[in-house]
Amino acid sequence: MATTTAPPLSPTAPRPVAGRKRPSLSRAGWATYVIAWALVGLCIVPVLYIIIGGFRTNAEITVDPSGFPSTWQFVNYAEVLQSSIFWRQVLNSVICGLFTTLGVVVLGVAASFVLARYNFSGRAALYALFAAGLMFPMTVAITPLYIMIRGLGLSDSLAGIILPQIAFALPTTIIILVPFLRAIPKELEEAASIDGASRLGFFFRMVIPLSIPGVVTVGILAFIASWNSYLLPLFILNNENSYTLPLGVQAFASQYSVDTARVLAFTSLSMIPALLFFTIFERRIVGGLTGAVKG
Amino acid sequence: MSDSLGEGKLAVVPSPEDSSVDGDGADTASSPVYRVGTSPWRQRLEIALLAGPAVLMFAAFVIFPVVLAGYYGFFKWKGFGPPTDFVGLQNYVVIFQDSTFIDAVRHNFVIVILSLVLQGPAAVLLALLLNQKMRGRSIVRVLIFVPYVISEVIVGTGWSLMLQTNGAVNDVLIKIGLPDWTVDWLSDPQVAMATLMMIITWKYIGFAVILFLAGLQSIPEELFEAAAIDGASYWQTQRRITLPLLGPTIRIWAFLSIIGALQLFDLVYIIWGQYVAATAGTSTMATYMVVNGRNAANYGYGSAVAVVLFLISLVVALTYQRFVLRRDTEGALTEGKK
Repeated sequence: MATTTAPPLSPTAPRPVAGRKRPSLSRAGWATYVIAWALVGLCIVPVLYIIIGGFRTNAEITVDPSGFPSTWQFVNYAEVLQSSIFWRQVLNSVICGLFTTLGVVVLGVAASFVLARYNFSGRAALYALFAAGLMFPMTVAITPLYIMIRGLGLSDSLAGIILPQIAFALPTTIIILVPFLRAIPKELEEAASIDGASRLGFFFRMVIPLSIPGVVTVGILAFIASWNSYLLPLFILNNENSYTLPLGVQAFASQYSVDTARVLAFTSLSMIPALLFFTIFERRIVGGLTGAVKG
Repeated sequence: MSDSLGEGKLAVVPSPEDSSVDGDGADTASSPVYRVGTSPWRQRLEIALLAGPAVLMFAAFVIFPVVLAGYYGFFKWKGFGPPTDFVGLQNYVVIFQDSTFIDAVRHNFVIVILSLVLQGPAAVLLALLLNQKMRGRSIVRVLIFVPYVISEVIVGTGWSLMLQTNGAVNDVLIKIGLPDWTVDWLSDPQVAMATLMMIITWKYIGFAVILFLAGLQSIPEELFEAAAIDGASYWQTQRRITLPLLGPTIRIWAFLSIIGALQLFDLVYIIWGQYVAATAGTSTMATYMVVNGRNAANYGYGSAVAVVLFLISLVVALTYQRFVLRRDTEGALTEGKK
C-alpha cells in the first residue's frame, strides 16, 4: 500500500495518461451545479463589489452601500487613470516584478540544473537547505533584513525590494524546477555528449529550451508574488514616489478615506495585472502553485 | 507535458529529505560518459558557476538576516550605529512576560486550528463535488481561485470597507430581513476573530480546492473501476479509495496552511492597523513584532520577537514533519531503496 500512496509524492512519477480524459467520471447532477455556482458567487461577489463600487458616487455608496450604480459613473476610474502617482506606482510594481522574475529564473534554473543533474557530495544537503527555506517566509527575517538593506544604502530604492525577493523566491523555484529538469531523458544528454557537447553545452542548447514550460510557471509565480507583496515594501519604501501598488492602495485608502468610490476604483485597477496574468496562465499556475502558498 | 509537470510540482513541496534527491533519483542524475572535460575540477567549477549565485543570494538575504536576528536579539538597540547595549536574555524575558504577546500567540494558534477545521473538510467535499463531468468546469476553477490571486492589500481594503458598521454587509443583512444579525464586524472583540476567519477562509479555500482537485486527478482510474466492479457505492469509494489516496495532498496542504497561519501578518495589519488588532483580539506574533519592533524603533526587541516566532514555527514544522509527513516520505524512500 505504501507504494500506491507514493505516486503523488514522488516527483518523477508521470501522471497517468488516463487522467486526462476520465471516461467514468460521474456526470454532475443539478445539485452539483447549484453548489458549484453558489461557491463561485461567494468568491466573486466581493470582488465585483469593489469593481462596481468604483462606478458609483460617494453619496450613493453612503445611502445604499450594497446597491448597484443608478447611473454608471466613469469619473472615478478616469481620475485615477489620469493621476501621475498611480502610473508611477504601476511602473514601480512592473519594474520590481520584471527584475524579480528575471533574477529568480536565471539563478533558479542554473541552481536547479546542478541539483538535478550533477552528482556531488553535499547535493542532498544543498537541496535540503533550499527546501527548508520554504518553511520560513519573509516574516522572520524582515527586521534584520531592513537594517541590512538600509546599511547597503538601498532603502527607498526598488533594488532593495528586488534582491531579497529573488532570494526568497528561490526555494519555490528550485523545488518546482528540479524534478522538471530531472525528467529530461538521460538519452538526450548522452546523445548530446556523443555529439561532442559538454555538460554546459547541453545545459545551454538542450536544457534551457526544454525547460521553458517550467520556467514560465515559476516566472509567473514570482511575478504575482512580487506584484502582491506587502511586508517588504512596507519596511523598505518610505516615499510615495517609490511605493509599489499595494502600498499605494493602502496610502490612497487612508488619504482619501472619505472618497470611497475613488478608493474602490484605485483598488480595482491595481488588481487587473495579477488577474490578467492568472487567467491567461491558469493551467500552469495551478500546476505549479503548491510551493507558493502563504496560507 | 504540462500535465506531468503539474504532478511533479504537487509532489515535491513537503520535505527536505524528499526522495528526489537521495533516493530513487540518483539513477537519472548520474552523468553519462563525457568525452570532453569531465575532470573533477571542471565539474566543480561548473557547479560553482551555476549554483554559486543562487547560493550566495540565498545565504545573504535569507540565512544571514535570520542569524542576524539572533544576534540583535541580545541587544537593546534603536537601530542606529552598531548595537552596544548588551542585555543578554532581557528581551526574551520581557516578551514572555508581556500579556499582549501571549495573547498574540494564542490568536495564532486559534487561527491555525480554525483554518484547518474550516477549510479542510469543506475543501475536500468541494473538490469531490467539482471532480465530476460538468459544463463550465474550467471557468468554475478559475473563478474560485480569484480571491487567492488578488493581493492581501486589496482583500483587506475591500473587506474593511464592506464590513464597516454602515457598510455593504450589514446593509445586505437588513435588506434580506436579518437586521438582528448586523454587528460591528471589525472592532467588537467578540466578533473580530470570527470575521478574520471568514476573510481567511474566503481568500484561501480556493487554493485548497484546486490543490485537492489536482490530487484527485492523479488517482489511477483503474481503482475506481475495480471498486465499481466490486459493487462499492459512491460514498464507499470516496471513503475507502479517494480519501486515503488524497492523504498526501491533504497533509501537504495542512502543513502549508499551518505555516501560513503562524506567520500571518498582511491581512490583520491592513484591516486592523497597528493599534486596533490587539484590542479587537486579532493580533498575531507578526503584527506584534512589527508594532513593537519597527514602529517603536526597538530593533533589538523586534529581532528577539522574530527569533521567538522563528523557533515556534520551526518546532511546529519539525513536529509536523516528524509525525505526519513522515508517512508520506517513508513510502517513497523505501521504494527508492529497492
